[in-house]
Amino acid sequence: MTGTAPCAPYTLGDLAEGTPCCVPQPHLEIRDLSIAYGGQPVLAGVGLDIPRGCITALIGPSGCGKTSFLSALNRLTDLIPGCTVRGIVRLDGGDVFDAQVDTLALRRRIGMIFQRPNPFPLSIRRNLDMPLREHGVRRRDEREDRIEAALRGVGLWDEVRERLDAPALGLSGGQQQRLCIARALVLQPEILLMDEPCSALDPLASAVVEELILRLAGRHTIVIVTHNLAQARRIANYAAFFWMTEQVGKLVEFGQSRTLFDAPKHSLTAAYVSGRSG
Amino acid sequence: MRSAATRPAERLFTVAVWAAAGAVAAVFAWMLADLVAAGAARLSWSFLVDAPASAGRAGGIGPILVSTLLILAVAIAAALPLGLGTAVWLAEFARRGSRAARRVRLALDVLAGVPSIVFGLFGNALFSVWLGLGFSILSGGLTLACMVLPILIRSTEMGLAAVPEDWRRGAAALGLSRAAALWHVILPAAAPALSAGLMLGIGRAMAETAALIFTSGYVDRLPGSLMDSGRALAVHIYELSMNVTGGDANAYASALVLIALLLVINGLAALLAERWLGRRIVTS
Repeated sequence: MTGTAPCAPYTLGDLAEGTPCCVPQPHLEIRDLSIAYGGQPVLAGVGLDIPRGCITALIGPSGCGKTSFLSALNRLTDLIPGCTVRGIVRLDGGDVFDAQVDTLALRRRIGMIFQRPNPFPLSIRRNLDMPLREHGVRRRDEREDRIEAALRGVGLWDEVRERLDAPALGLSGGQQQRLCIARALVLQPEILLMDEPCSALDPLASAVVEELILRLAGRHTIVIVTHNLAQARRIANYAAFFWMTEQVGKLVEFGQSRTLFDAPKHSLTAAYVSGRSG
Repeated sequence: MRSAATRPAERLFTVAVWAAAGAVAAVFAWMLADLVAAGAARLSWSFLVDAPASAGRAGGIGPILVSTLLILAVAIAAALPLGLGTAVWLAEFARRGSRAARRVRLALDVLAGVPSIVFGLFGNALFSVWLGLGFSILSGGLTLACMVLPILIRSTEMGLAAVPEDWRRGAAALGLSRAAALWHVILPAAAPALSAGLMLGIGRAMAETAALIFTSGYVDRLPGSLMDSGRALAVHIYELSMNVTGGDANAYASALVLIALLLVINGLAALLAERWLGRRIVTS
């Protein structure tokens, strides 16, 4: 890996091939976001713009609300009893917390990858086929095309084309995680939220997934939580540093990842990225 | 140095657990041997299809088999959807620690321990008298459904609770509705627990006597409809051994049929659960 993001970081406009690229236009605008569990605040007053087509890394020590932040973006926080979210998350001008918003459609636009690979206990094919069917893709040949495209997209096609009806749980950890990414991609989301997608994988599988994330950027906006600072430095265009003060997570610094890593404005950031704290 | 296996306490312990397991197996084997010895001679095709004669001393158990299967079918048809629905509500919809869920669970645990004679009286009052179903296969089946529900629900609920949270979150993150997640992932993953509950329930239902005497009655004719009275196998065995002198031989033969039927139906239930739900689930 060269150490650069899919397109030169911070370029405006498209790549030469015509694929969209990382542009400093907000895809998600987050304003004054606060999250509490059972009245106990875990994250307060977060505001930032997630740039379109870019990889934005969320870094910071464990327990400072990064995963909660991520789950609020596709309203997965709705599932957690006693969890209250306040603030605004704008996607194309509309607030995702609006009561009118169809959360199922929202989550189709904003896919999510979890820390532990969680393929369903179905065959490899049905893991992708079932969500497509549930989202109303009726034509079988269209589903098959999209399944193949998604599996090719994550580099899994050649590994599994002969055994699409084999159990997904029989795949290796790294393959399972790529299958989960394919399962999200098959619905053609604009945004992918990734919660430490490599932390449960061995170094080799982790490198494969990391490379995949780089390839997905540009066409998809990616928000990734990672505890691996080296990884964040390698892949992220933008980085957000979270820190906990008085038991509540706060956003300390947000900016282009080079600036954040090499010339942080805040002393807490400087201490964390240099390994002196956290 | 003596190895662990040769220490006296260790050896005593080993002998004790083997003996306990052996004793349990021996009791079952003895029972089965007794049944076979006393009943096998009477078994024949005509015993299975003929109507009983001379109050059951002679003839077969044809109508009784039909009644038994009908009662069981009614019980399962009523208990399965209700039980599945309640288990899904308890495991998936009720908030953790909610008062309503706690009360439902308490009610189920109490129900599971209620003696069957009480179910019989309750079934008689509710289904036979109040709902006007009289002594009928329908009354008996519904009463059995009430008895089977607690077992079915608790076992299914535990199966659902054991399904990893990862799959629920994964399904939600894909924009799948709760119903879709349940149907495609959660219920199939819980199918083994569901079928185990179903088998325990069927076992309890097939063995039931007290609850049926008051609800489906003991008319030993071939039932014409679900509104007819019909005698279940367990009731027939009870009747032959307690109230009919000279009925012991046929009672033994009937008991043997009951055990065989239980094995067949359990096997069938396991197979169906696997086919219906487990087919779509593939684990490594």
